[in-house]
Amino acid sequence: MSETVISVRNLTKRFGDFTAVNNISFDVYQGEIFGFLGANGAGKTTAMRMLCGLSYPTSGSGTVAGFNVMREGEMIKRHIGYMSQRFSLYNTLTVGENIKLFAGIYGLSKQVTAKRSDELLARLKFSSERNTLVKALPLGWKQKLAFAIAGIHRPEIIFLDEPTGGVDPVTRRQFWEMIYEAAEGGTTIFVTTHYMDEAEYCSRVSIMVDGEVRALDTPTRLKQQFNAGSMDEVFRMLARDAQRGE
Amino acid sequence: MNVIEVNNLSKSYGKVKALDSISFSVKRSELFGLIGPDGAGKTTLFRLLTTLINPDEGSAAVDGLDIIKDYRKIRSRVGYMPGRFSLYPDLTVEENLTFFAAIFGVKVKDSYDLVAPIYKQIEPFRKRQAHNLSGGMKQKLALSCALIHHPSVLFLDEPTTGIDAVSRSELWDMLKNLKEKGITILVSTPYMDEAFLCDRIALCNEGRILGIDTPQGIIKQFDSRLFEIRADNMFALLEAARQAEGVVECYPFGQAHHLVADDNFNMHSFKEQLGTLSNLTITPTEPTIEDVFINLMKQ
Repeated sequence: MSETVISVRNLTKRFGDFTAVNNISFDVYQGEIFGFLGANGAGKTTAMRMLCGLSYPTSGSGTVAGFNVMREGEMIKRHIGYMSQRFSLYNTLTVGENIKLFAGIYGLSKQVTAKRSDELLARLKFSSERNTLVKALPLGWKQKLAFAIAGIHRPEIIFLDEPTGGVDPVTRRQFWEMIYEAAEGGTTIFVTTHYMDEAEYCSRVSIMVDGEVRALDTPTRLKQQFNAGSMDEVFRMLARDAQRGE
Repeated sequence: MNVIEVNNLSKSYGKVKALDSISFSVKRSELFGLIGPDGAGKTTLFRLLTTLINPDEGSAAVDGLDIIKDYRKIRSRVGYMPGRFSLYPDLTVEENLTFFAAIFGVKVKDSYDLVAPIYKQIEPFRKRQAHNLSGGMKQKLALSCALIHHPSVLFLDEPTTGIDAVSRSELWDMLKNLKEKGITILVSTPYMDEAFLCDRIALCNEGRILGIDTPQGIIKQFDSRLFEIRADNMFALLEAARQAEGVVECYPFGQAHHLVADDNFNMHSFKEQLGTLSNLTITPTEPTIEDVFINLMKQ
């Protein structure tokens, strides 16, 4: 088995009396595309925030990109990439300015920034759009650019929070190809999605219900285990009896 | 009789052609789905049919009434659930319902039979402010409010976006029940897999309709041979398959890739050409709505 990039044990987060995340444990391996699913209110966002170094667990242990989830949040943030559908790029900056901004935030030198910026634009065939305002780009282009920028500092893991909502099926596939390519190059991808058919693109999938990880396996094996025809069925079987709302 | 009749409807916002000469019709008690991504023109179409904006060209009628001339009458006959949360977040569940009833000049108890199957599920939370509801509960309240005046036509703009799969399937069950009560429903969704829950669908992209039919009829439009392929290295497989003879295209499709083939394609020689890939499998497969959509987009 390849190296673990995320390894957490009994991760728990409480807010007062409420246990948002209850004793979750799992490993994510290098180069995997790991799907992180859950019903509304299952604790997905809270768990994701802990893994990204944005909030510390109440108890538990583990590492993300080699850093301790209980106390090295700042180091984790530097070694991961993050992209969400809601926020990832600044609309009022140009394509080139967005690249420069994020490269600057991650502390890349001017030389490295210039080099990676050229590479990134060439790879996306975006070189002619360097001075275009991001808001003028079609949604699908924005998503591709956002994903490429999330990897500008060559993180070991990229977290994708519902990355492909609203795009057409052709663009969605081009986006998944970028994800495959990144994973093939050794980057680990951690992705949340509401599209159950999208879960089928992942190497392995975990499903959270009421703060706990109730299932974790490859999509093929999950479907066998639950005797279901699709991931949507698997999900509904698990989430139907959820006690918690949002 | 057609309850919704749309003829060459166009609408532009500046240079952007949001709707480009769209035509279709919806029969009484039909559950009709508009399936397409953002930018397809779905919301513009809803705004036109609910008389919130006027078209640049073309005409449309809802329940036999013209969307421009008879806009006032249309408004009292249709229920509209916009894509974004349409309720008053600082009013309680109960207050929202009473408020919408008052706007339409009806009493909650008069339409209660229609609303009850949905509203009962959120009634235990009737004193809760709407902004504190879960995504699924918000949708149930919004649907209750859209039904409070007993509309004959219901317009639902992406009611299942952003809510989880369980709430989604509950919502579709509710729509099926409403349809059985004689309500005509026009619903939009970006989720291709929801197409089969509609009687008929229109596949929409960039202001145009790519195809209209029953879900089964849409599937039949796919006239190429389709295969499912797998190998240990799925990324390498994608690249290699595209180079092989007789391959029109190959794209990721969940755990497998889908391969569209022309007449020159031969499974045996395909395997030979990709001989270096370990655990290569290829099996014929049935197209899905998404395969048809991709196919139509590329034409």
